[in-house]
Amino acid sequence: MTRDIAVVAFAQTDHRRTSEDLSEVEMLMPVLHEVLDRTGLKTSDIGFTCSGSSDYLAGRAFSFTLALDGVGAWPPISESHVEMDGAWALYEAWTKLLTGDTDTALVYSYGKSSPGSVRDVLTRQLDPYYVAPLWPDSVALAALQAQALIDEGYTDEPALAAVAARSRADAEANSHAQLRGSVPQGDYLVRPLRTGDCPPIGDGAAAVILAAGDRARELCERPAWIRGIDHRIEAHSLGVRELTDSPSTRLAAEKAGAFERPVDTAELHAPFTSQEVVLRKALRLGDDVRVNPSGGALAANPIMAAGLIRIGEAAARIHRGESDRALAHATSGPCLQQNLVAVLEGEPRHAQ
Amino acid sequence: MTTEILKAPLVVEFPFTRSLGPVQSAFLTGLRERVVLGVRTTDGRVLVPPVEYDPVTADELRDLVEVAPTGTVTTWAWNHAPRRGQPLDTPFAWVLVRLDGADTALLHVLDAPGPDAVHTGMRVRVRWAPERTGAITDIACFEPHDSPSAGEPPAHEGQFESMVTGIVAQARLDYTYSPGRAQTAYITALADRRIVGERCPSCRKVYVPPRGACPTCGVATSEQVRVGPGGTVTTFCIVNIKAKNLDIEVPYVYAHIALDGADLALHGRIGGIPYDQVRMGLRVEPVWTEGGGYPDHYRPTGEPDADYETFKELL
Repeated sequence: MTRDIAVVAFAQTDHRRTSEDLSEVEMLMPVLHEVLDRTGLKTSDIGFTCSGSSDYLAGRAFSFTLALDGVGAWPPISESHVEMDGAWALYEAWTKLLTGDTDTALVYSYGKSSPGSVRDVLTRQLDPYYVAPLWPDSVALAALQAQALIDEGYTDEPALAAVAARSRADAEANSHAQLRGSVPQGDYLVRPLRTGDCPPIGDGAAAVILAAGDRARELCERPAWIRGIDHRIEAHSLGVRELTDSPSTRLAAEKAGAFERPVDTAELHAPFTSQEVVLRKALRLGDDVRVNPSGGALAANPIMAAGLIRIGEAAARIHRGESDRALAHATSGPCLQQNLVAVLEGEPRHAQ
Repeated sequence: MTTEILKAPLVVEFPFTRSLGPVQSAFLTGLRERVVLGVRTTDGRVLVPPVEYDPVTADELRDLVEVAPTGTVTTWAWNHAPRRGQPLDTPFAWVLVRLDGADTALLHVLDAPGPDAVHTGMRVRVRWAPERTGAITDIACFEPHDSPSAGEPPAHEGQFESMVTGIVAQARLDYTYSPGRAQTAYITALADRRIVGERCPSCRKVYVPPRGACPTCGVATSEQVRVGPGGTVTTFCIVNIKAKNLDIEVPYVYAHIALDGADLALHGRIGGIPYDQVRMGLRVEPVWTEGGGYPDHYRPTGEPDADYETFKELL
């Protein structure tokens, strides 16, 4: 039996370069309260809680167990954690709701990149035998992908600069964003990527509530129904992959039903300008699709939360009646290695 | 809250000892011997660096071939500011190189005078490290080199004298630790020899040390409550193994101590009493040392033991 499952509420922090005045749970807790308030639910009403985070970011072992204090997890609740972006925590929660075990789920994720050097931290996710000993940082790997796109004529530096400018201009309307308005393209960080092509480094958190069937209709005036969601991964070795394409994104989108009917909005998790070029191509997005009205990851990229925020932003537009069918994408790993696609829909506004 | 934000350097450093599969072992041993090996897939493609299983079909791969130390750059990125741990400490290009005889590309670095000297399609060759141990860094880097492309790669048994069977991968990450609002207040008070917990506005429990949230109610704690200094040993253990870098004679007692006014026990060492005389209910107080910043240990107060009923909920 299938069940209709929707995103019924979304909340996020203001994303900042540093949140050194707050511990992780102190940063996260207001977002948990806000998302619960939006539905009128209490912690004890939630059937399943799932979170995403990585201890490596802030260098704090088992930090997710401390973050659970913010949920009120005692006496023990039904709970799970993924060492992945919160979008994958949402996938797990969606699966849990599909089983019919429960009707509501709380999904949250957070990342504090400020205590460490995130470019170096991310090298630790790479192949430990052949790649990690070279310490290729996240910008360097994205730059290799960008150069391949330029070499093959898919983009050029002015086109990348235009992606950066559009994203930060759109972020003017997003009070949570870290980089907004006119941001200089700057110098090369790793050529061909300039600072403007790269995401801001910062701290932040996000939370989403999922609900099934009639429960979703009770909790939200216009639920964002998850019509399909799927995630796929590519080969480990960069040199095996076709860096100018994203077959895993395309396949996830296909499985999620993204190509069955056009979407009006797409929230893409493209931390680097060049990655938006790859994703637009893989997802066959036309110029009529509104891409990243929130400003996307180029405006705020709290690692481990930025993917969940894409789903939250897409859902929020449906809640507000600004979109009827939206695609949300999340990524993980170097050069778009792993990709998740969700298709969200609102019910017709003048139906019945 | 105007308390100064506390910060301290935190270094997380760990050597991972990793064993190698047969293909990885042959590849890394080969690098030590200045031989670059690839592996042939069931559909005839040659993967360099070689893997144990086909990334597409998951077939077990064991047919090794020797590819050339020369190849072609398939993409590159100029790094003008090398970072710690990277192969060169002068500006260099990150490159993906398809070695002659291979169908896939290897990630490494290229030593070149500047970005204008690098382009996709350029010919390069391996520069070997003078000392090689059986690691990817046995390739010091690539260097520009005009040479014709080599032909079909010959088969190779992948056997060398004293095969490398493992690597030790060093990892070091540097952080600046900051404890957050609640723990900053706790640590700051400790420096004044005060122990300050925080009360949950909902269930009224006092948490020491405070972590900023009540784990039962999921709400922020903020009302500060001074607790102790006296407390009760709720439970304890006897430590018989000497800790590294810790100048404490064993055996000693480590205990859970419920400070007066706290609803959660904290832990600390018990001193000033033979280890075998420590008991549940023992009344203790903190002992501060000059400039210590926190209690060095707890010692008996001499009061009568606390009744079990008074602390059983705190066990």
